[in-house]
Amino acid sequence: MRARIFSHARRGLTRPKHRSPPALRSVQHPGIRAGSSLSQRPDAQFLAFPGAVKSAFTSSLKFSVPNEYPAMETYRAVDQHGEVVDRSFTPDLSDDKVVRIYKNMLLISTMDMIMFDAQRQGRISFYMVSAGEEALTVGSASVLEKGDVVFCQYREQGVFVERGFGLDEFMNQLFANNKDPGRGRNMPVHYGSAALNIHTISSPLATQLPQAAGAAYALKMQRAIDPSIPPRVVVAYFGEGAASEGDFHAALNIAATRSCPAIYICRNNGYAISTPTLDQYRGDGIASRGIGYGIETIRVDGNDIWAVREATKKARELALQDGGKPVLIEAMTYRVSHHSTSDDSFAYRAKVEVEDWKRRDNPIARLRKWMEAKGIWSDAKEKESRESIRRDVLKAFSEAEKVQKPPIRYMFEDVYEEMTPELKEQMAELKDHLEKYPGEYELAEFEGGRDSLNP
Amino acid sequence: MPRPTPPSLRALVRGGKSGAGLSPCMSSPCSASHFLLPIQIQSPRKYSSGGIPPRARLNNPIDYQSTPLLSHTPSSALVSDPSLPEDIHTQPCKRLNLFQAINQALSLSMSRDDSVILFGEDIAFGGVFRCTMKLQETFGSDRVFNTPLSEQGIVGFGIGAAAQGMRAVAEIQFADYVYPAFDQLVNEAAKFRYRDGAGGRHVGGLTVRMPCGGVGHGALYHSQSPEALFTHIPGLKVVMPRGPIQAKGLLLSAIESNDPVVFMEPKILYRAAVEQVPLGYYTLPLGKAEILREGGDVTIVSYGQPLYTCLSAIEQAEKDFGIKVELVDLRTLYPWDKEAVLKSVRKTGRCIVVHESMVNAGIGAEVAASIQGDEETFFRMEAPVRRVAGWSIHNPLLFEKFNVPDVARIYDAIKQSVKNY
Repeated sequence: MRARIFSHARRGLTRPKHRSPPALRSVQHPGIRAGSSLSQRPDAQFLAFPGAVKSAFTSSLKFSVPNEYPAMETYRAVDQHGEVVDRSFTPDLSDDKVVRIYKNMLLISTMDMIMFDAQRQGRISFYMVSAGEEALTVGSASVLEKGDVVFCQYREQGVFVERGFGLDEFMNQLFANNKDPGRGRNMPVHYGSAALNIHTISSPLATQLPQAAGAAYALKMQRAIDPSIPPRVVVAYFGEGAASEGDFHAALNIAATRSCPAIYICRNNGYAISTPTLDQYRGDGIASRGIGYGIETIRVDGNDIWAVREATKKARELALQDGGKPVLIEAMTYRVSHHSTSDDSFAYRAKVEVEDWKRRDNPIARLRKWMEAKGIWSDAKEKESRESIRRDVLKAFSEAEKVQKPPIRYMFEDVYEEMTPELKEQMAELKDHLEKYPGEYELAEFEGGRDSLNP
Repeated sequence: MPRPTPPSLRALVRGGKSGAGLSPCMSSPCSASHFLLPIQIQSPRKYSSGGIPPRARLNNPIDYQSTPLLSHTPSSALVSDPSLPEDIHTQPCKRLNLFQAINQALSLSMSRDDSVILFGEDIAFGGVFRCTMKLQETFGSDRVFNTPLSEQGIVGFGIGAAAQGMRAVAEIQFADYVYPAFDQLVNEAAKFRYRDGAGGRHVGGLTVRMPCGGVGHGALYHSQSPEALFTHIPGLKVVMPRGPIQAKGLLLSAIESNDPVVFMEPKILYRAAVEQVPLGYYTLPLGKAEILREGGDVTIVSYGQPLYTCLSAIEQAEKDFGIKVELVDLRTLYPWDKEAVLKSVRKTGRCIVVHESMVNAGIGAEVAASIQGDEETFFRMEAPVRRVAGWSIHNPLLFEKFNVPDVARIYDAIKQSVKNY
């Protein structure tokens, strides 16, 4: 166990000569505010106001200057050459499992390239690739339990694959066909899976972060009511851009105050569409904010799948300790791709910058080097895997593209649990209209055509 | 380097769809290795065909190249709108699309008034819809700058700047993402003057621009048109232009206005709507509707993109039924030009309201209730007021064509409206 990789919640804000006491939560019942019972003693050397209970008085008028604090460190287990740098690190996976994880990274990378081109050909309306972030998503998801609940932002196809989302499921969503559980309503890449406990992706940023706190609280309460339920955590993914939204701050603070077993994983990939991190924040990344909210936090090298795995595994343990608590992981990486198929990133960053990153520090190449050094991977295996994955993706692609579109009726369903009289009226009105003007609409591609609008 | 689509829709998620143009984009400077799909493309299925058959009589795509709602020659531009200033004839014209007209308005406004500042997500490089292109280069990064990704921050910042005397023009990347700023708009911007009373302080310098509306594949989070949420809020002015000339003149008025303005830009028109635009500084009045076409039998009230759809329906209905339809463009949705609408309806005795967003509690409801509430108009009615609008649902990806009002639905409403009662 490497507790050292987690910054203690209070480190960083406290100057060395005034070490903080152990986290207050250890002496406090999580649900009770002890602050109101504190009082300032005569001649006290420490502040005992309810809002800052253990701050020493000082006679030196000095502001804290962010730059005087060292940047939080970035944990890595394996460097970009595939060499182990954390001497205490021992892989906890069998060779077969490492290969399986590697193939999942290859899979999303291959699917990304194919679907990006498919959008360019007009086969799907939109796509987002996750190039450069494969280790982060696949790695973190690989240590979660099936019962854990996940909220993704939109660049986490690796999480879906690792949790068992099939190529057919990706393709059905991307083509919004009749097998898409989203019922043809959502834009491509808005995957979701009730069976895999991954909530459906929502375009607005950071909105699901406070939800993750609430969901985690629910899991905690449910286990308190029924101890036979295994311990579960909630994991929420988001980008460093999303962390500027008010919802991010609301989420961390409420997760901390309600002791929610939630793991917040920030993909800090350097860009929010065109906005570089310098325009996004001026502090020490996203990790430093966790400290401010009293949350145990770590920064990891997001291109090192082993570091991501180790950190997430440890975070899961922490999240379930002491009656539950949130943990923040900031995974540093680089968005190799354009933001989406609607974006041309060379309008705001140099191609050479992107090429440098691709060459110098690619998460897939890094794991491959590690595997090769261990003698469990080879050029031949690489070639064979890539070809077979590509075949699988194309097969799923053509199958999904052939499936009929969902019934038009779906546009009126699921607004409420039961269709309201107003919606029933509107559905009947649309049906009448389609009957009156048959030459104005092509309905054959939708299952059931006009008849799906029958009451 | 080929420039395919605009780095447009923030998509997606803040992701979006390909630019206002909707074309799925052909050539690409794509980063990932580029390999073509080996799958045989015979007739590739269009992802959002939306069910328009090849030979429809009514539901054909809008021809923006020829629609009379846009000024295709300089001479028509100069007389296109009766509220254009008299000296407009001295201005040369240039063909501009909607985003270029917005860009020009912003540029003119910044040249003329040093207190104008521009900010929002990704605007430094030109914005995802290109409305702020070259403005940072021209006016410097103190006046044109990226903000962190926080809508409440953007609008709150704009309110503060405006309260201290700046003309703050904030961009929200998509209207779908304005909601975190709702508190700032509703509780702060709208109430600022009312709260301060005799102090007289206000945030009139604030203009909040946002792209809105469907483009065919924006689904739940890239096609909303939430104007009715703002027209419910006294203190805010809500404006939606239908084309480049209007966008420029109304935006300049909005920036000049001493009341905060929510300025909604139909993003499908950013590239599609192109017309000859007078190049100088001019304004168009806020709070005034425009009669686009006169007629004595039915009044259609609309605004923004659906006006083009209305016109197609009107042209066909006039041929088929031998009637004349009056088309009213509200331009400002609140405070709205009730007098112009009632005057038209008193003449025709029939009214249809068309908008893209949901029918429930939408602009149509306000117009209909106002007609009902005005005795002189109400007793003149020969048919119920009809509303052609989005259904009471969220905008679904595949079914947008069945949700957003199309020519056939508007045509049918006209037909119902003129049948004998």
